[in-house]
Amino acid sequence: MLVSILHRATGVALTFGGLIVLTWWLLAIAGDANGFAAFGKAAHHPVGIIVLIGLTWSFFQHLLSGIRHLVTDTGANFELRANKTSAIATIVVSLLLTATLWFYLLGVGR
Amino acid sequence: MSLGDSATPLGKVRGLGSAHAGGEHWLSERVTSIALVLLGLWLIASLLLLPDLQQRTLVEWLRLPSAAVPMALLIVIGFRHALEGMKVVVDDYVHDEGNRFACNTILLFLAVGGGALALFALGRIAFGGGA
Repeated sequence: MLVSILHRATGVALTFGGLIVLTWWLLAIAGDANGFAAFGKAAHHPVGIIVLIGLTWSFFQHLLSGIRHLVTDTGANFELRANKTSAIATIVVSLLLTATLWFYLLGVGR
Repeated sequence: MSLGDSATPLGKVRGLGSAHAGGEHWLSERVTSIALVLLGLWLIASLLLLPDLQQRTLVEWLRLPSAAVPMALLIVIGFRHALEGMKVVVDDYVHDEGNRFACNTILLFLAVGGGALALFALGRIAFGGGA
């Protein structure tokens, strides 16, 4: 139940957050140095970092619960115990992947 | 229909219903999702492997066909999948037919417009107009 709602919520977040950041980032790379610096300033601002961490987690959560949906679409994984375990696993793994990625990104100091 | 017994549930509903298109939408959302698993992981792995994320580095990277082509696919398939997913959300929660049509139309325009903008930016980088 929770994971199903998270799949929708993270999907909406990736649509309106992720695609806007991706498009802005590409426009910034294509444009002049000032525009790219503005993107970099926003991305390094504490609020920007929180948004990017949120989008990273949304990506991993949506990816993992999406794969879980693909499995259930085949008619598998409907046993209650396995279904619940895999639901909890999507959250645990998405948090671990997000933490690992950002530990690396912030640790290297880009 | 002699195929009745062997047809899968999806095979039975494809093309049926007043819209004649629900099955295709359902299937497309899933096919695009499989592509995005690969393209999403490609993007994260690529960014981690770059020496830095400065503009010059990113421009040089996106001028490579091996980066520009997956990025173009990520844009087209990503915007399409987002539109397909948002349509499900709108169809579930917006009950008035007129409002539903308006929401889906606005989302369609945003997705096509946004995707075109992102592709334009990528083209400008890949074909040498930027920085």
